[in-house]
Amino acid sequence: MTNEIKAPCSRLEEILRAGHFAVTAELNPPDSADPEDVYRAARVLAEVCDGINAVDASGANCHISSVAMCALLTRAGYEPVYQVTCRDRNRIAIQGDMLGAAAMGVLNVLCLTGDDVTAGDQPEAKRVFDFDSIQLLRTARMMRDEGVFLSGRKITTPPCFFLGAAANPFAPPHDWRPQRLAKKIAAGAQFIQTQYCFDIARFKEYMERVTDLGLDKQAFILAGVGPLKSAGAAEFMRSKVPGVVIPDNIVDRLKKTPKERQQEEGKKICIELIQQIREIDGVAGIHIMAYRQEELVADIVNQAGLLPRPI
Amino acid sequence: MFRWLQHFPHFLEILYDLFEVSLEPLKKWFKPDGSTEPFVIAVEKLGKGAVFNCQMCGQCILHSTGMTCPMNCPKHLRNGPCGGVRQNGHCEVKPEMRCVWVEAYSRSLKMPKYGHQFASLQPPMNNQLKGSSSWINMFHNIDTKLPEGWENTRDIPVNFIKEGQDD
Repeated sequence: MTNEIKAPCSRLEEILRAGHFAVTAELNPPDSADPEDVYRAARVLAEVCDGINAVDASGANCHISSVAMCALLTRAGYEPVYQVTCRDRNRIAIQGDMLGAAAMGVLNVLCLTGDDVTAGDQPEAKRVFDFDSIQLLRTARMMRDEGVFLSGRKITTPPCFFLGAAANPFAPPHDWRPQRLAKKIAAGAQFIQTQYCFDIARFKEYMERVTDLGLDKQAFILAGVGPLKSAGAAEFMRSKVPGVVIPDNIVDRLKKTPKERQQEEGKKICIELIQQIREIDGVAGIHIMAYRQEELVADIVNQAGLLPRPI
Repeated sequence: MFRWLQHFPHFLEILYDLFEVSLEPLKKWFKPDGSTEPFVIAVEKLGKGAVFNCQMCGQCILHSTGMTCPMNCPKHLRNGPCGGVRQNGHCEVKPEMRCVWVEAYSRSLKMPKYGHQFASLQPPMNNQLKGSSSWINMFHNIDTKLPEGWENTRDIPVNFIKEGQDD
């Protein structure tokens, strides 16, 4: 990695730089003004994860904002990954929020394009997309390294961000996806969290190309995984959630399992996937997205042999 | 309509070059705020609208995006496809439409001169230029004027590697 570590440094960054296999997990934002609802979910995740992703209006549905969730998390000593999407805010709001997040102790930022408004519960909303994810990344890097806003105006104390981006190895144009990763790294990404990796064969192909290009040496790649709740949930995800690919053999395996044991089987599949992913060259960690099943994350991390976590 | 022309990206890139050269002598007629502007806008809208479904963003990057207008992407992305592209290469938002970027990528592979520019990092849009003529903006370097912070940030160049046909 070319950039030197600047103090204060993110714990997630330290763990990755030390060569540990990192674990992050998604905290889905509650629909509540009670901070305890955030803390309840955070407590179970924090014991087994090196970073907690605060999702920005997951699936374009309205929830508590990610910046507020991060503020709650840093206040209690947790290590959040602040997810920023381009869907809802223009460049003025985004730069201001990023600086505000930094002032509240947020060190990890994940820059995303964001699902479209039509994917969520308020499809009538105006889509913003003033930035795309790459412009957002480069702007965040500029704020940190050059210490200025887009206009060139100086920031008195620049933020110390560890910058991340998403990657979807499974979406067309497949040939170009590794090059898109290169573009994101050039724009400023230091760590990558991928879309759900259910198709291990294709993920291996992708990672081969990524390591050929030397990209795994320029950014830490965390592979996305998650437990499937049931065969129905798997069908829903692969048909309705943008960018998710689940091979037939996984859906069939769930279908063959009696309904009451499907959640357990989904968890088992997730653990097996983690074990296979650990064997793949260039993978620096995993990112667990257990939508509305956060209580399973501790078990998954434990049974995958990833405990205890480094401090 | 002339959308079928987009299936010939190499021809379009040659046309693009010819067009730029042939407009050069007419440069003095292409003035921002001048009396000619409404006329230029009308011609640009008609021509580029027919072939590219041009959205008149006023800062044309067609030759960097496989002669495919990125403003037809519902998210108005300028740096490549999002992660929501469907397995059949169609758009996450408009399932009936081919993803603009899937098209842009495969067309870039067929463009010997400008294809490599697919990898270049595109700056944030200047929303003030919407509806104006990108030809006028190009001749007067209006579209290349970037915010100071963006301009002064250092970059590592990214290469475009041609890797066969996809999707």
